[in-house]
Amino acid sequence: MSSSGFDQISVEALNRRLFFVTIFVCIVFIVLVMRLWFLQGINGRSYKLKSENNRTHVQRIPSFRGLILDRNGKILVNNLPSFDLYISPEDTQDKERVFENLKTLINLDPNEVRTRLKKESKTNPYESVLVKKNLTREELVSIVTNSFNLPGVTAEPTHKRSYIYGDFAAHLIGYLGEINEKEIAGGQYPGSISGDYIGKFGVEGRLQNVLNGKSGGKKVEVDAEGRQLQVITKDKAVSGQSISLTIDKDLQALADTMLKDKTGAIVAMDPQNGEILAMASSPSFDPNAFVTGIDKSELKRLTSGTDSPFQNRAISGQYAPGSVFKIVMALAGLEEGVITPEDSIVCPGSYDFGNRTYHCWKEGGHGSVNLHRAIRESCDVYFYKLGRKLGIEKIAYYARMCGLGTKTGIELDSEKSGLIPNNEWKLKKYGVAWQPGETISASIGQSFDLVTPLQAARLISVIFNGGKVYQPKIVKWIGDEKNKSQSRPVLQGELKVKRSTLEIVKNGLIAVVNEAGGTGGRARVKQTVVAGKTGSAQVAGLDKKIKDNAWFVGIAPAENPKIAVAVIIEKGEHGGSAAGPLAGELIKQYLGFAEEEKTPVSQDTPESVEGD
Amino acid sequence: MFDRRLLQNFDWILLCLLILISAASLTNLYSAGGTQIVVKQAYWYLIGFGLLMIMTTFDYHALERLAWHIYLFTIILLVLVMVIGVISKGGQRWLKLGFINIQPSELAKLSIVIILSRFFSTHGEYPDYRLRDLWQPFLLMLLPCLLIKMQPDLGSALILAIIAFSIILIMKVRWISLFILASTVIPAAFAVYYSMKEYQKKRIYTFFNPESDPLGAGYHIIQSKIAVGSGLLTGKGFLKGTQTRLHFLPEQHTDFAFSVWSEEWGFIGSSILLVLYILLVLRGISIAKNSKDKFGSTLAIGITAIIFWQMVINVGMTIGLFPVVGIPLVLFSYGGSSVLATMLGMGLLMNISIRRFMFQ
Repeated sequence: MSSSGFDQISVEALNRRLFFVTIFVCIVFIVLVMRLWFLQGINGRSYKLKSENNRTHVQRIPSFRGLILDRNGKILVNNLPSFDLYISPEDTQDKERVFENLKTLINLDPNEVRTRLKKESKTNPYESVLVKKNLTREELVSIVTNSFNLPGVTAEPTHKRSYIYGDFAAHLIGYLGEINEKEIAGGQYPGSISGDYIGKFGVEGRLQNVLNGKSGGKKVEVDAEGRQLQVITKDKAVSGQSISLTIDKDLQALADTMLKDKTGAIVAMDPQNGEILAMASSPSFDPNAFVTGIDKSELKRLTSGTDSPFQNRAISGQYAPGSVFKIVMALAGLEEGVITPEDSIVCPGSYDFGNRTYHCWKEGGHGSVNLHRAIRESCDVYFYKLGRKLGIEKIAYYARMCGLGTKTGIELDSEKSGLIPNNEWKLKKYGVAWQPGETISASIGQSFDLVTPLQAARLISVIFNGGKVYQPKIVKWIGDEKNKSQSRPVLQGELKVKRSTLEIVKNGLIAVVNEAGGTGGRARVKQTVVAGKTGSAQVAGLDKKIKDNAWFVGIAPAENPKIAVAVIIEKGEHGGSAAGPLAGELIKQYLGFAEEEKTPVSQDTPESVEGD
Repeated sequence: MFDRRLLQNFDWILLCLLILISAASLTNLYSAGGTQIVVKQAYWYLIGFGLLMIMTTFDYHALERLAWHIYLFTIILLVLVMVIGVISKGGQRWLKLGFINIQPSELAKLSIVIILSRFFSTHGEYPDYRLRDLWQPFLLMLLPCLLIKMQPDLGSALILAIIAFSIILIMKVRWISLFILASTVIPAAFAVYYSMKEYQKKRIYTFFNPESDPLGAGYHIIQSKIAVGSGLLTGKGFLKGTQTRLHFLPEQHTDFAFSVWSEEWGFIGSSILLVLYILLVLRGISIAKNSKDKFGSTLAIGITAIIFWQMVINVGMTIGLFPVVGIPLVLFSYGGSSVLATMLGMGLLMNISIRRFMFQ
């Protein structure tokens, strides 16, 4: 036997060792099979799901946001086709190179892209991330033609909101803004994800759920490079419903133009049902600026500027009503029987009460004044005395009956209630009882009284529509031309006053515009009977040098009113001259007299009076 | 010269196992790589089985005499590959030989088994070896290991070392020597870890925590586990593996061929394939046991170890038990050099099996 042969002991020793080797091999085999069972048996379902997620991408199909139309169906806000830029991190191996390419091609800041990707990678490492909205034509072309240098980068078609007339009714219509994390977490925007734009203000914000519709989804099979192979399932997006507003496009445009370079607000409404025909507030903004994502300095200018361009002064601007409040006073006096139309007082130009003197706006006084003349010429002393007779509680009662001091309930956020003070309010707020002297100021709409332009427009509507307090409406219908759900007028209350009382007040208000000596002559329209009331309100708590706010509330035709208008021009001084003509123009425009002639006041009609 | 007993003793079981595994491999490669790859691999198998037959024709004891020549030839090839090798996939591992590229590291596995078998058959009758008795095998192993690592091909170098250690262990080393060995290996492992480059450490970290970087370093492991796991009990069906078809699974026809198989044939298919491998290994052990001389049994042990460890490390890698090292599944993944070298080894195993009743 050679040296390489075996002896008996070696054979046994080798066999013993190979026995252990066999056991070892079997153990390893069992471990491998157990591991396979762990993966394929115990955890198989979850891996199956992962492989399913691997091979499919769910793509969102953005919904088509509803259009916004005017009362006659003219399109105010629509959607334009546009492209958004996405990066799929899964399919982008050399990210830095792609970022570099994006920077050279469309000047996209790599840092911004990096932060966007990082933010998303925590929640959804396999989803595409939106990195830029609304590519320009040039950007789209360079992305598409260089796609071989941009693995994982796609331009997805979508729609962008277009506010056709720029800052037209900006406060009423509102704007879209990118949803923030708090809003996503809040749950009031179901189906919205980061990068979505939602309505943030105005009708866009308030009726977000109506306009937005429901985004759809497309499940597509993709390979490891993210190339789409086939569509597996598809859920169509549901378009949002369109909204027809009650506003009249031409009237609104005129109102917007009138307020250019002024600070103030205009509200026009249909007195018969509360439909808002125009609502303008100035200064304003262009909602298109938010579509592409507004830059921070511009946003800061808009939100923190002293002239607050975002404030919708028509519903959240609270102003002392000044002489406009005399409408309420006349109503209360007649109805409570403390005055009759025939009663006269003498206005010497001032009124003494306690140790204070309250002046009439007319220095020499009006002389003998009855109610009709007091309204027409806005005599302060008449209403001081009336206020003394009524007391603050009665005044507040009638003011509230006319819808002042509470929110009107218009379908817009940030509406303010205004303020109609009484004793209870004063005690609660200041811990001091109401002072009789304060009643005197309140009688001409000063002291604590505050109304919004919307409330003012409704006030004059109520007088002329037979005492009906309608909730102001901005939506005419929702849906589309074939299937619309009409909005109906909502009656909130009725004036419980005698018909004769209303007639007397109406005559007074007609005289304001149409009779000699009336303060509102410049709102006169030749073709119809305009009624109204001027006001010049001191800005409460501010020093005297600041000019008064100019008010005018008007309505026409007086017999069968179709339009009520409230105009306030901050620091406009005299309601008759600063606000009255605007109301007249608006009425003419709406009633279709604007084309007939251009001169507002002809010489043969009585001169109007520049007054309070 | 021809002995009828050779035919009588032909190891049909071994041949059957090889044919079954090859058939599975070709089926799987059709799914993973398509017709072209399958045709190429089929040629390699044909040549491989031819080589296997040739390897049975001579008496394997000739190798004992030629062991040094083969070893030196291998070393020369390994040096040559460093000088004139083809560079591909981050390594210089292939020698261009006319129409084929050969991978000398595949040959090195066989060479080290042959030279170690010669060493142990000429050095005594199974004494319990002391460390100092083993300096020669260590050096014999170390030289090709280092050359392969320089290519760089850490995976193959590691396999080579593991095969050598397996042979040495089975040849019975003293317990005390084993203990000393272990007590140096563990601190050495730590030393190696701390001397590693950042990316290498990351790879190890990623192995333990692949989800930390799902699209980067952990991608291979995660995608392979998803492929295997999603196969469930019976698999998604031939050609229906989505991980494979949509290319989420990397290196499908080479390193991750087993994942393709698992995805399409499920737990049952994977287990059957593993059973084939284990039967092959057990057959190898049985051949070692029945060999009537020490050179033959050591050679059989070594060749079996080549199959066993490559299989365990590759399968372990695809199912997340080991870190990703670039080792294909022997006899199953695509690759000419691997098939030819393995078939050479299988031929030798057959040779030993056939000659189990013969005495010199």
